[in-house]
Amino acid sequence: MTTPHRTISTLSVTALAGAAWLCLSGAGALAASPQEERWDLLRDMYFSGRTVEDAGPLLSLEAPKRANDAAVVPIRIVTAPGSGVQVTAVHLIVDENPVPMAATFRFPHGDSPQAIDTRLRVNAYTNITAVAETSDGRLLRTTQFVKASGGCSAPALKNAQLAVARMGKMKLNLPDNIVAGKPLTAQLLISHPNYTGMQYDQLNHYFIPAHYVKTVAIRYNGAPVLDVQSDISMSEDPSIHFSLVPEEQGTLDVTAEDSNGRVFQESWPIRANSGS
Amino acid sequence: MAAAATFLRPSARAALAGVWLSVWLFGAAAPATADPLPVFEVAPGVFVHAGRHEETDATNAGDIANCGFVVGDDAVAVIDSGGSPIVGHRLREAIRAHTDRPIRYVVNTHMHPDHILGNVAFLPDQPDFVAHGNLQAALAARGEHYRQAFDAAVGAAAAAEVRIIPPTLAVADRLELDLGGRVLDLAAWSVAHSDNDLTVLDRRTKTLWAGDLLFMERAPAIDGSVLGWLRTLDALAAVPAARVVPGHGPPSSPWPDAAADLRRYLGRVVEGVREVQAAHGTIQQAVDTVAADEAPRWRLFESYNPRNVTAAFAELEWE
Repeated sequence: MTTPHRTISTLSVTALAGAAWLCLSGAGALAASPQEERWDLLRDMYFSGRTVEDAGPLLSLEAPKRANDAAVVPIRIVTAPGSGVQVTAVHLIVDENPVPMAATFRFPHGDSPQAIDTRLRVNAYTNITAVAETSDGRLLRTTQFVKASGGCSAPALKNAQLAVARMGKMKLNLPDNIVAGKPLTAQLLISHPNYTGMQYDQLNHYFIPAHYVKTVAIRYNGAPVLDVQSDISMSEDPSIHFSLVPEEQGTLDVTAEDSNGRVFQESWPIRANSGS
Repeated sequence: MAAAATFLRPSARAALAGVWLSVWLFGAAAPATADPLPVFEVAPGVFVHAGRHEETDATNAGDIANCGFVVGDDAVAVIDSGGSPIVGHRLREAIRAHTDRPIRYVVNTHMHPDHILGNVAFLPDQPDFVAHGNLQAALAARGEHYRQAFDAAVGAAAAAEVRIIPPTLAVADRLELDLGGRVLDLAAWSVAHSDNDLTVLDRRTKTLWAGDLLFMERAPAIDGSVLGWLRTLDALAAVPAARVVPGHGPPSSPWPDAAADLRRYLGRVVEGVREVQAAHGTIQQAVDTVAADEAPRWRLFESYNPRNVTAAFAELEWE
């Protein structure tokens, strides 16, 4: 619905309410596509001085062609490490959002394929970019263009009172049939308003402070499964699908911390059928 | 029920006067004449303009939602002001063509721009802007996004006059507005279409203005809670109204029969999303399948059903 900025000549990063805002201004005559110009700025900001290659088959990204609901845009990233190369982390970036870096997922088992589903806020017509880090020090990038939502769908909370009342509650969704030794996909939901800090109170003339989930640590029987660093481009009530290889008896522990320093913890036993 | 309105005056009054003054100073006030909006008198003294079933663009200038007014012995209440300053000016001209009584209230049934962006046209009347107690916070989170979206859809010239006007009278539960021999009963609802839905019942003619709690013909948009909306429709069905003015659809329709299509559609969304979730399906799988057979019954279905299914999915996984 909104028109993206088509020309970018300056980039300024301002710390405000704990969040880095990416502000665009001015006009410049630029040869490359606006998306690539934007990417050049983001690459310099997030991966300064490093080469970022096209990902090829090691990393893929699925996104809808259009954001149906600006506040909840489902995204999937899949890694395919091989021939001695581990994929140790993936950064997920919504190029045109005010705080583009949505999340970084760090995989302790970079040698095995990982699939992550999550949900993003999409303010405008934008590329969504995934950048993988490999164990041999390379950065691999893939992108998908997503059209902004129509019909006055805004990337804002639908039920502000409920979001506050339920803050910190977690849910874990597991498949019906769990087999020891066989990878499963689990979904973690953390209820949190993920306030962006860009919500301007018109009458009182102040910005509502940002308040969002910053880190999520997922452990199985004490060993790391996934570590997430996240920011305000993640949807309210962050949702993360991740892979796990269960034993016959095990416990999943999740610790999340938000930008106000509140810590939320939850544990679930996971019982698997024997895998013979 | 007792009146439980929160009066924001005098500070809001002062702020509003400031806005009004700046509009006046910078010459952005109403054009001397605007083409009056066509309105239909659905009951004596109750006038409705039916918006088009389109997305806002430069041609329709945001004239995509129903808006109108009620005339009492002493005063006029505007109920929704249209989807742009231009539509607001045209609504004001339509009012002036029917009555010279003062416009004392502008009621906003909820936060969406197609219902509130005409507010600015009524600043010269210095009315109370009346809204649900949650509207101001909802607009704080969305106002800038709406302004940019309007600019992109309609153009910078029309957008230059857009102002987000804060309410001067917030309704926490119930409020009566007396227009002189004619009382309007305002009711603030819990989260449904949005988290700031307000209805207006004209006691004299038993006409219920439902705002976007009622969509007819045009595909609805879930921007609050689908379960809350269904609960609110149950409660609204008990309102003793003879007719309803929907937020989108014909100027009026018999109540409560008018809500049958909406209830059925929302029910299908809930049922369909629950089925996909029970099978551990994804949002995209739900978007591709849920409520698909409702498509022929609604205008703009392809634009709104995927959004509704997505919103319902995120809501229902917390059941």
